[in-house]
Amino acid sequence: MTARIARLRVRRGTADETAPRYQEFTVPFEEGASVLDALIWIRNRQDPSLAIRYSCINANVCKECTIAIDGTVDYACTTRLRDDRVMTLEPLPGKPVLRDLVTETRPPRERLK
Amino acid sequence: MACSGRHEIGAVSHIEAVTHTETDILIVGAGGAGMYAALSAANAGAERVLLVDKSLVGRGGATVMAQMTVAAALGEECLDDWTAHLEDTLAAGRGLCDENLAAVLCEDSPARIREMGEWRVGWARRENGRIAQVTAPGHSRPRCCYVDFLNTGPAVAATLRRRLGRVEAIRRVSNLTVTDPVTADGEVVGAVALDAVSGEPVTIAAKAVVIAAGGLTRIFQRNSASANMGGDGYALALTAGAELVDMEFVQFFPIGHLAPRLVGMDPIMWDPFRYKLGGRLLDGNGREFLPGYGSDETSGYTTPRDLATYAITKEVAAGRGSPHGGVYLSFTHVPRAALEAAFGPVIEKLAQNGIDLTRMPIEVAPIAHYHMGGIAVGEHMASRVPGLFAAGEAAGGANGANRLSGNAIPEALVFGEHAGRCAAAYVASRSRNWQPPAAAPAVERVRSLAAGRNGQVSAAELLEELRTLMWVEVGPFRDAAGLGRALARLSELRAGLDEVAIAPGHCFNPAVADWFELRASLVAAEAVARAAAARCESRGAHQREDYPATDPAWMFSQRVTMAADGTIAVSSSR
Repeated sequence: MTARIARLRVRRGTADETAPRYQEFTVPFEEGASVLDALIWIRNRQDPSLAIRYSCINANVCKECTIAIDGTVDYACTTRLRDDRVMTLEPLPGKPVLRDLVTETRPPRERLK
Repeated sequence: MACSGRHEIGAVSHIEAVTHTETDILIVGAGGAGMYAALSAANAGAERVLLVDKSLVGRGGATVMAQMTVAAALGEECLDDWTAHLEDTLAAGRGLCDENLAAVLCEDSPARIREMGEWRVGWARRENGRIAQVTAPGHSRPRCCYVDFLNTGPAVAATLRRRLGRVEAIRRVSNLTVTDPVTADGEVVGAVALDAVSGEPVTIAAKAVVIAAGGLTRIFQRNSASANMGGDGYALALTAGAELVDMEFVQFFPIGHLAPRLVGMDPIMWDPFRYKLGGRLLDGNGREFLPGYGSDETSGYTTPRDLATYAITKEVAAGRGSPHGGVYLSFTHVPRAALEAAFGPVIEKLAQNGIDLTRMPIEVAPIAHYHMGGIAVGEHMASRVPGLFAAGEAAGGANGANRLSGNAIPEALVFGEHAGRCAAAYVASRSRNWQPPAAAPAVERVRSLAAGRNGQVSAAELLEELRTLMWVEVGPFRDAAGLGRALARLSELRAGLDEVAIAPGHCFNPAVADWFELRASLVAAEAVARAAAARCESRGAHQREDYPATDPAWMFSQRVTMAADGTIAVSSSR
């Protein structure tokens, strides 16, 4: 039996890049895994330069991993990975992009001035 | 745009165009301890407090993860007294608690917990209006308060965040990673930090620094930690010249969630339901096994964490584990109505994960949850280095060899209160002693890493290797051979830090953040492994296969220090 895989199409780049750029990753699929599990796997095994905000990893209390998943704003840590089609991951719309899936979500009073 | 351009504040002549800022008290880490320390420092008269976090203020760290209970001798359910809480804390600590620190924790906890109530944290209450208190394992009476459902930590964090916003003296900065302490004339005079958003170094002159950056459980493969619990605070303290104490004692929470895969819930969520409903621990064949380890739970959930971890690990090793390598936790004997009353909205979250507790047990296994050890401090939360304070999980000693459940949030609040107040008193009579040359090497390092570096292996990959190594060789069970293998590999990894591959980039470059995390985690890991190798006995959370008995001659704490060349050494404080 072939191992199950999931495919992720991830928006890459910093604020300086004007043209949208997407990169596709293939990751092992496990039943019940989250999108964040897959992103962490990519960072550890394929591309450590991929930027994503997360803190609590699994508890869904920090809310830092909010991104757009197939066009819908959701948490990477609670959205299940799918293996039946490519999932598209993009930074949170309406916020300045810093790098890849990371946007400027700090409250203005918590920024270095 | 924050990514391009630098914000120059009082540029310093020796370090070209570095962002520089000044404060009276720098607080590193903005979980419960750091936020409370900031409030306390301002309340005690500190005019400028800078509260920074590598994640987001009040959202990272361990406090927000705490789903369970908070111990305080309020006496709401029955007669109680802080000295009884102290007695339980000392008993759990297996003879190693710093009794002065433990006494501070237990005596001040009721005031902090009532204050949180006044600040509308929302403690669960009985119908008569009294704060509800339950008996968590190791407590002699109902003493543990909570916010329903599984919301204790988030409610405490949100309450403190609200208070912070009202205090003018406190400046908050998120995504600022303190990488190095700066010392001069034997005192802490500030720090160097990485501004993740610009990718640039920042220098911070401070009369005092409070380390409230939490523990190190993230360095173990199976953990309940948030991303930023990699031991940074310990590495900072050692670098500054402070001592660490009790580093070998890592609490492995016995019943961390193992299977089926559960998202959106902290893996240590099961404990309160065990004591509310009496969930049963069963081996892979469905048999109760705790009685075989001398723990009788017929009258309630009473097995302490270290014993439960020991029993589960032994059952798995003997081939009596569950399919994923843990044991079963079963609530199938509990009526559905009782489950729904106790779990509330959590039942729905479990259903989304395909879990129906009336029909199936779940699998649980030990998981690194808390670190008893930490920065050696006195009652004023001051380390041996003038100007360096610690609070919360970062401070060691109060919990000895094993922490009583419910003592972590009180520790954050109580020690945060002391650290903030004592740091404010310390800075009142002092002037800043900032010396730019002392910061130059750390500033240069931040800059050179952002330029990128070729190499064979990334810090992210090495962090994963480190976590596996620590779990296998320095986890719930240890022996001389495994600890030796761990120390040998840790030494290689530390020596190879300059060869780690780093993708170039300034703005929010995760490869740079990973490198700093790896450097700190390797120091913290070596501190744990060296202390564990030196302690030739089993006690509390430190279990040696080759020394299975507790040896009365070992009833003392060990201290860890780091020399200027990075060499880490262990000594006894007997």
